[in-house]
Amino acid sequence: MLFVVIVLVVLAAAIFIISGPLRATHMPSEPNDSSRVAELEAARSAKYAEIREAEFDHRTGKLSDEDYEAVDSALRAEAIEILRELDPEEPTERATIAGE
Amino acid sequence: MDPSRKRAIRLTVALTAALLLATALIYVSFNAGREELTASQLLVRARQGQTYILAGTVLPGFERSGASLVFRVRDPKKHVAAEVHYTGIIPDPFAAGRGVLVTVQKQGSEFVGQPNSLTTKCPSKYQAAAGASY
Amino acid sequence: MALVGRSLLILTFVVAIYGIGASLYGARHGRAWVDSGRRAMYVLFGMTLFAFVILDVAFISSNFSYNIVASSSSTTTPAFYRAAAIWATQQGSLLLWVLLLSMWSSLALFLTRNKVREIVPYAQAVMFGFCTFFVGLNTIFANPFSTSSNPPAEGAGLDPLLRHTTMMIHPPMLYSGYTLLTIPFAFAVGALITRRLGAEWVAVTRRFALAAWIALGVGILLGARWSYTELGWGGYWAWDPVENAALMPFLCVTAYIHSIMIQEKRGMLKVWNASLILLTGTLSIVGTFLVRSGILSSIHAFVSDPTLNISFVVLIAAMVVGSVYLVVSRRESLRSEARIDSLISREAAFLFQNLLLVALTAVIFWVTFFPLISEAITGTEVSVGPPAFRPFVVPLALLVVGLSGIGPIIAWRRVTVAKLRRGFAFPVLFAIAVLAALLLFTDAAEHAFAFLMFVFGSFVLAAVVQEFFRGVRARRAMTGEVPPVALFALVRRNRRRYGGYIVHAGFSIALIGIAASTSFQHSRYATMRPGQSARIDGYVIKYLKPTANASAQKITFGAVLGVYKGGHQVTTVTTSDGFYPSQDPSLGILGRFFNGSQESRIGLHSGFTRDIWTVVDPTLGPLQGLINNGDNVFSAELGKVNALPASQRAAALNQVYAYRDVAITELTSRFITHPWPVTFLLIISPLVMWLWIGAIICLIGGLIAIIPAPPARRRTRARVPARTAPPAAAEPVPVRELV
Repeated sequence: MLFVVIVLVVLAAAIFIISGPLRATHMPSEPNDSSRVAELEAARSAKYAEIREAEFDHRTGKLSDEDYEAVDSALRAEAIEILRELDPEEPTERATIAGE
Repeated sequence: MDPSRKRAIRLTVALTAALLLATALIYVSFNAGREELTASQLLVRARQGQTYILAGTVLPGFERSGASLVFRVRDPKKHVAAEVHYTGIIPDPFAAGRGVLVTVQKQGSEFVGQPNSLTTKCPSKYQAAAGASY
Repeated sequence: MALVGRSLLILTFVVAIYGIGASLYGARHGRAWVDSGRRAMYVLFGMTLFAFVILDVAFISSNFSYNIVASSSSTTTPAFYRAAAIWATQQGSLLLWVLLLSMWSSLALFLTRNKVREIVPYAQAVMFGFCTFFVGLNTIFANPFSTSSNPPAEGAGLDPLLRHTTMMIHPPMLYSGYTLLTIPFAFAVGALITRRLGAEWVAVTRRFALAAWIALGVGILLGARWSYTELGWGGYWAWDPVENAALMPFLCVTAYIHSIMIQEKRGMLKVWNASLILLTGTLSIVGTFLVRSGILSSIHAFVSDPTLNISFVVLIAAMVVGSVYLVVSRRESLRSEARIDSLISREAAFLFQNLLLVALTAVIFWVTFFPLISEAITGTEVSVGPPAFRPFVVPLALLVVGLSGIGPIIAWRRVTVAKLRRGFAFPVLFAIAVLAALLLFTDAAEHAFAFLMFVFGSFVLAAVVQEFFRGVRARRAMTGEVPPVALFALVRRNRRRYGGYIVHAGFSIALIGIAASTSFQHSRYATMRPGQSARIDGYVIKYLKPTANASAQKITFGAVLGVYKGGHQVTTVTTSDGFYPSQDPSLGILGRFFNGSQESRIGLHSGFTRDIWTVVDPTLGPLQGLINNGDNVFSAELGKVNALPASQRAAALNQVYAYRDVAITELTSRFITHPWPVTFLLIISPLVMWLWIGAIICLIGGLIAIIPAPPARRRTRARVPARTAPPAAAEPVPVRELV
């Protein structure tokens, strides 16, 4: 008898937890292009990391001044492309980016 | 050099290396491999001076003296056993009823185990220990 | 509570199936269903945990009504081993698999609940697919909650070989590795299905891949350590199929955590990375299958269950076919965004390293499965032993070690020849100095593999030290910090990079240890009486005295050995062999105490320069006659006792058993009072300790790399003008503080 009670309690709890989102009266809607924005934001973070790494490689002597100039220019151009693509979708993003 | 030509060259080099490795691997495997036989297969097929891997179950009544061991390995399916004269490391789990693998060479009428080639299967984790009584 | 456990398993199975449906439905019909699916994973984890606890309590309390408790535990098994014995059984280990799978899946879904929203539903469905499979096995074929209405008074006990701390931790670590690999696998499938093949899915699963690498590495290390310190053969790796089963996904995930860096930075190798992680995930299931199936002859091979085997084969086939289909059908979306600029670049080095690691995996896979391949082709099962591995593994390993030193030195994208010369100067000079020293002062050159590994390993260590030096110098130039502070801050802010460098250093140290202990090991057998000695590798090993002990748990025969060099005692080592009583009555009343399971206690003295390893084989031939006589005497006595009236039998039986215990003690003590010659295996292994030290360093590096970096401080005046090609708009790209 005890095992029936335990199992029923577990079952009830499981149903309650799992059905939670389905019982919610309001689900926040997402912009249709939210996944594209997320992709761009991930690409932006990765590009910033690359810029930092190139600067670090330059400081530690792995990259010559000439190589660093070339690599840094290329990376910043790529970063700008990403920012431009992000820009129309997040008008306030410049402050957000600077604040990261 | 044109980038696409560079890529083609790199791809060719990589594929050639892979092909050479694969060829060497296949050659060594078939040359260096030893047949894994049961006791019945060994008694029928074994040739003088050839080495084989004998797989089976140890029968009770083995004789052990220091690093020397004389034991019989039973065929998993037939009522046949092969006697092995072995010298070398004897694994702790070695006991009657345990599965073993040993590299043997036919010398005369005997099967001589190659030194330190005896491995005993760990007593199965997934079934009751042999000889257990409840 | 067994009924509760069984019911929980069934409920878990239902929840897993619901999870698949809700996730796939939610992918197209609303986020609520996906969220419901995510919660279902949390519930699945909770229920599995509950079931696991029920089973573990049964083990700890020695509840032998549970069949698996009776088969693998006993009241005399120490508590720690009782608690861990749950995964010494097929059923319990599958339950552990489900527990870990659901735990990591819950964590992954929680961390990604607001990310990669298009991918998550499909990834979630894949995770539930794995859960359904393994819970299904537990529910239908391997029920851990089966009970007996007539439980035994005592269990069979845990095999003595498994009564070792490392052996209890080894399976959970390996299973953690395997289950963690299902996370990036699932997200790769989701990314391919949805064609969202940017760096995002890689970024969210990167740490799970690294965690899998750490867990698998620890599991493999523990297995090797157990083999070295517990088994009586003196080695730590035998290229056994079950060992290889864990090594293959480990090598592939090592390649993956390097190659995803290229995708993150350059958008390259998308096809390679997707294929690699799908392969790695598949190999983790293949490894699980290998261990349980018995399809390959292995020291570890366990009982073969055809139903289980077929289930695994179907799953593996589905994974392979599905993976190939997804990669081929999505190849347009997997196009690289860039090309490798130069062969002298970190990208090229990583790619080359990847190819080597995959080649190594392919070699190991081929040789491991060769018995099955040969049987399919020729009709005969042919085995290929470890000597066949070496011509392939050794050169590939040397190249991987070399690359692990080259990679840190060179930069991304490209590097000039002048910078290359400057970067390589110190490590190359150091390696040359080591080479010269080895040639002049040692005989290392007699073993080419070891010699080259020492030189390459030295190169790697010098390269890593150089990187740390340069980084600290750069940091100090900016901040003026003292070196220790600069070092700490450097590692703290660049954990991935410097954690990786530490791993490379540990890896080369470990391989130096392997090379030395493999190539320069001395071993011999020596049969000695007390007082006699044997020589090995400049040492004299003297059998000082025998030891013996009899207890309810086991009978132990051992020896104390003195180790001498140059006339001085270096150390003493103690080794013994334990005999656990057998439950088999046919062995005799006394005989079953001397002819049961054996367990060697290795005599080990470890040092930074060499290990002294010994094991004794106290053959009981001289005692056997006395044991047989004793069996006859006690057998006759028991016959008399059984003939007594029932009221007198118990007391008489107790007396017989008391005399039995005295007889066992007397027989045991004869090993001391009338010692006979026993055989020792003596091994001197140089630099073995560095294998363990190197592996621990790898673990430390991995843990450093996996911890997220602290949030960057705002750089208030960091508006660096972009150096774009004309027409140039000076777009400022603020960059966070670098070091």
